[in-house]
Amino acid sequence: MITAERKPLDEILALVGDKKKVLVAGCDTCVAICLTGGEKEAEILASELRIKAEQDGTGAEVEHTAAIRQCEWEYLDMIADKVKDADIVVSMACGIGIQSMAEKFAPRIVVPAVNTNMLGMPQEHAVWLERCGACGECVIGETAGICPVVRCSKSLMNGPCGGSHGGKCEVTTPEKEEIDCAWALIWDRLKEQGREEMMLINRPPKNWSKSSSGGPRKMVREEAKPV
Amino acid sequence: MTATEYKAGTNLEKILSEGKFAVTGECGPPKSADGSVIETKAKLLGGFVDAVNITDNQTAVVRISSIASGYTAKQNGMEPIIQMTCRDRNRLAMQADLLGAHTLGIHNCLCLTGDHMSFGNHPEAKGVHDLDAINLIKMLKDMRDEHKFQNGDDMDPAPKFYIGCAENPFGDPFEFRSIRLKKKILAGADFMQTQCIFNVPKFKKWMEEVRAEGLHQEIKIMAGLTPLKGVGGARYMKNFVPGMDVPDEIIDRMTGIEKGPASHAEGKKLAVEMIKELAEVEGVAGVHIMAVEWEEAVPEIVESAGLLPRPTVA
Repeated sequence: MITAERKPLDEILALVGDKKKVLVAGCDTCVAICLTGGEKEAEILASELRIKAEQDGTGAEVEHTAAIRQCEWEYLDMIADKVKDADIVVSMACGIGIQSMAEKFAPRIVVPAVNTNMLGMPQEHAVWLERCGACGECVIGETAGICPVVRCSKSLMNGPCGGSHGGKCEVTTPEKEEIDCAWALIWDRLKEQGREEMMLINRPPKNWSKSSSGGPRKMVREEAKPV
Repeated sequence: MTATEYKAGTNLEKILSEGKFAVTGECGPPKSADGSVIETKAKLLGGFVDAVNITDNQTAVVRISSIASGYTAKQNGMEPIIQMTCRDRNRLAMQADLLGAHTLGIHNCLCLTGDHMSFGNHPEAKGVHDLDAINLIKMLKDMRDEHKFQNGDDMDPAPKFYIGCAENPFGDPFEFRSIRLKKKILAGADFMQTQCIFNVPKFKKWMEEVRAEGLHQEIKIMAGLTPLKGVGGARYMKNFVPGMDVPDEIIDRMTGIEKGPASHAEGKKLAVEMIKELAEVEGVAGVHIMAVEWEEAVPEIVESAGLLPRPTVA
């Protein structure tokens, strides 16, 4: 799933500026599951903005809504009436949803209330870990189902660097928490699978042209197009 | 202006600062470890241009590094303008290389975004683009004037660079192009070289916008020019080089001329005519001649354009 974190209120207020009719739009898919931008969170943000508007006497009116998915045109049709009445939309969807809204309802101003941060999974309740870098050329068939592109801090493709100690990476999170060394995990699981020889594969430099490095990507499924 | 007032004190800076019409050339390093190529090109251009751009993996094709080649040019009497792109290095590597270039006596740097990897010979490479060209200009200016690294840490001594940028008057949206130049001036660029000009009327229109904003008084503008060897090159640039505007009149003029000495002569003649016309445009402080793999044409073009002898500055 795509995960996101809410922006600080001050940043959202700066984006909203002096607009009088504000619509906070949640998205009930990925960002709802990571407890950041679903309908409930949209309602909370709308309340915060309303309280602030009253405190500051700005006269701004704040409503909220939520789309089932902001990243698909047909679901946006369902909230079009609400959007029509707004001067500005504060979207709580991931970057995809925010851009879909901005395109669908152009030239209406759509601003983000969240920072989209990763393709990850909930490891336990309220904890998400990054799992995929959408690099366009998956290698985890050779790496015991563990992605070295995003789970190794250096995206190494041929085993751990010298900074791996006791199964941990030399890099810590910004909160100074330890990170598992992806290559230690890969090694342990390959051993468990009896496939240690896969560590010997000498992988050539990765083809980054299939990642965002190659330019914005487009996927077309000819066979799925309507005839 | 006394020596202490110059930002970097390079030949190029002095010539442009004194209001003399500057001429720069361009050298592409080779796709091998043969450093003598730069030596030859530098000697060929000596006395005909005031400084020479040394490209940085141009068109995303690997070559001898611009700094190493710039040093070779300098050892052979030619002042280098090293090009630095944002494609191949992050801010750590860029700052390290800039400090290194300074210690090698290189003090002109042209800050570029860089052609995308997909155009070059390593299309699978990861693009760095940690900074963009405007960030790079600002970083270099802060190193030089504030003695600060990009993170705000102090340095002493700081490197001296005359800071250049490029601009394409023919890119779209046209109205944004002079705004983009303004952003580069605000970031700290001292001089600017344009993309190759073939569409002179359009360049003049762009210069009108530049003058209306007074930008020509804030940055030294050098008009870029590429002499054509024949109609093939003109057609190639028109059809395959991004951002290039080659009008049909240029194609027509080169069409039908026998490929070889005749087309070379016509290409040089056209270049001379264009230099003379561009030099008359208010706000044009010099000309930048990009004779790609045809450096030997430059002496004759510069001489025929009446730009010899090159000025000497103290």
